[in-house]
Amino acid sequence: MSEVAVKANDVSKWFGEGEARTDALKKVCLEARFGEMVYIVGPSGSGKTTLLSVISGILRPNSGDVYCVKTNLWQLQADALADFRLHRIGFVFQDYHLFPRLTTAENVAIPLILQKRNWDEAVEEGKKVLNIVGLKNRADLPPVKLSGGEQQRVAIARALVSQPQILIMDEPTASLDGDTGRAIVSFVKEQFLNPEHCILIVTHDSRIYEYATRIMQMEDGKLIGETERPR
Amino acid sequence: MKGILKLAYKLLINDRAKFTALLVGITFAVLLMVMMTSIFAGVLNRSSSTVINIGAKLWVMDPAVQTVANTIGMPDYVLDAVRSMPGVKYAVPLFSGGALVKLEDGTYQAVSVIGLDDTTLYGRPVMEQGQISDIFAENSFIAVDDSEFAKLGNPHVGTTFELNDHRGVVVGVAKVSTSTLFGVPTLYTTYNRAIQYIPNPRYTISYILVQPKSAGDIPAIQREVNRLGYMALTREQFESRIAWFYVKQTGLGINLMLMTLISFIVGLSISGQTFYTFILENLEKFGALKAIGTRSRELVLMILFQATFTALTGYGLGVGFCTLITTLAKMRLPDYAARITYTNLGIALVMVIVIAAMSSYVGVRKVLRIEPFDIFRG
Repeated sequence: MSEVAVKANDVSKWFGEGEARTDALKKVCLEARFGEMVYIVGPSGSGKTTLLSVISGILRPNSGDVYCVKTNLWQLQADALADFRLHRIGFVFQDYHLFPRLTTAENVAIPLILQKRNWDEAVEEGKKVLNIVGLKNRADLPPVKLSGGEQQRVAIARALVSQPQILIMDEPTASLDGDTGRAIVSFVKEQFLNPEHCILIVTHDSRIYEYATRIMQMEDGKLIGETERPR
Repeated sequence: MKGILKLAYKLLINDRAKFTALLVGITFAVLLMVMMTSIFAGVLNRSSSTVINIGAKLWVMDPAVQTVANTIGMPDYVLDAVRSMPGVKYAVPLFSGGALVKLEDGTYQAVSVIGLDDTTLYGRPVMEQGQISDIFAENSFIAVDDSEFAKLGNPHVGTTFELNDHRGVVVGVAKVSTSTLFGVPTLYTTYNRAIQYIPNPRYTISYILVQPKSAGDIPAIQREVNRLGYMALTREQFESRIAWFYVKQTGLGINLMLMTLISFIVGLSISGQTFYTFILENLEKFGALKAIGTRSRELVLMILFQATFTALTGYGLGVGFCTLITTLAKMRLPDYAARITYTNLGIALVMVIVIAAMSSYVGVRKVLRIEPFDIFRG
């Protein structure tokens, strides 16, 4: 059995206080291993995105521990936590959040630039990853000139360029048609999933369930079940 | 760090519309601020033109004197007393007054007359035409080739005029470093001829120009002069006194300061609002950077760099335009008094830095407050 990549122990998170308090996560326990592509699914408001944020070191839980690559995330100071995210975790946001004023290659190179790599080297590296995601010819264009699927690929390239161990994807197919969505997730699985990497995906999209190795279902801030799928 | 700054730079300048709006705002503000303060500096400089052009180290005068133009005559014994003070190398009288001259074409022109000490000609100007020694010839005057020179009909050696029914002859043309403030030409002559030609009150010494033996003697001389009931000011002190008079007593300072303040507010409004919009539009992107792993202080550095870069570029453009306008204006208008000094530039720079700081402060607050979680939530 492969090593644990992400582990959450009794994680709780609530927003507001008193009567206005909303419990987003209620003592959630989760384990994802390297080599797994884990989906977190559930209806809107079930706490999927909150859980993803907590286990990726973005949102501090009110209680519980999160271990990510054997590191107790919420014991880290702010700078160390930022460094951890920068080096260990790749993010693909639902709305991509690409910089429209930079070229596609520069967008991809951002994590490397933040890691203080030389600008030109980072952009060259970005171009290589763009080549992998099939956008070699789009490297010098601004993202606004690309289609939704291509922008998603750029966002994925940006998440992968720093070779993170964990890839976090938030609703990666929300803005894409069925075929493009499937192609994207299939591509990520082929390119990234191996015993050294772990992919966590929050999604509503049942059309891409076939690519998951495990599907965890959330409801009302709790994990209510999980389904193992053949790899 | 270099990569972060380059990223900030690209995000800024690639947004051409915003960057242009920011630059226009700051450039315009700097242009106005430097123009206002340089006009003020020019006016103040001209108000002290006699002090600058004569160049004496120490000026003795009546304590009621506020400007060079408003002289109060001193009795001769003050000159004798000053000459006998320890630390005084020499002291000479200076006459400074106004008169009306009748030009060759029959028109009248107000002039400023400077009467130099007959013995030493201390404070004499640099000659362009003629010899300074010709000033001792009968009825002789030296015309100053400044911005008002044409009002005397562009005189040359030999040009005649009448001053208080006395014949005057231009025996030379001189140049000075600073033109006068009041738009009247200047004539130099000897002290004795000046008090003879121009109707005067009982006492005729406008100023006593003192050369101290050393700079260290100046405070003692000032104390001695004070004991006599008069006032001795160094050149810088006298210039400050005159400047202070125009700033405080004429409303000139307040008006120009208000204009400078308005320019500052205009610049702050335009650039502050544009920069704020720029930050707002990129807020989610900054949030994404934060989620990816950018430290808060790196985001602050990016914003400060963007604000500083814009401010300094706008400052350079503003100063450049101001220099261009001032140069063109001086070519066309000899009377144009604007004068760009290091102090003007320093004041404008400080104000631009304040604009940059205030603009970026709002942006920094916004960026520090954004939670990466908000990016996930969409």
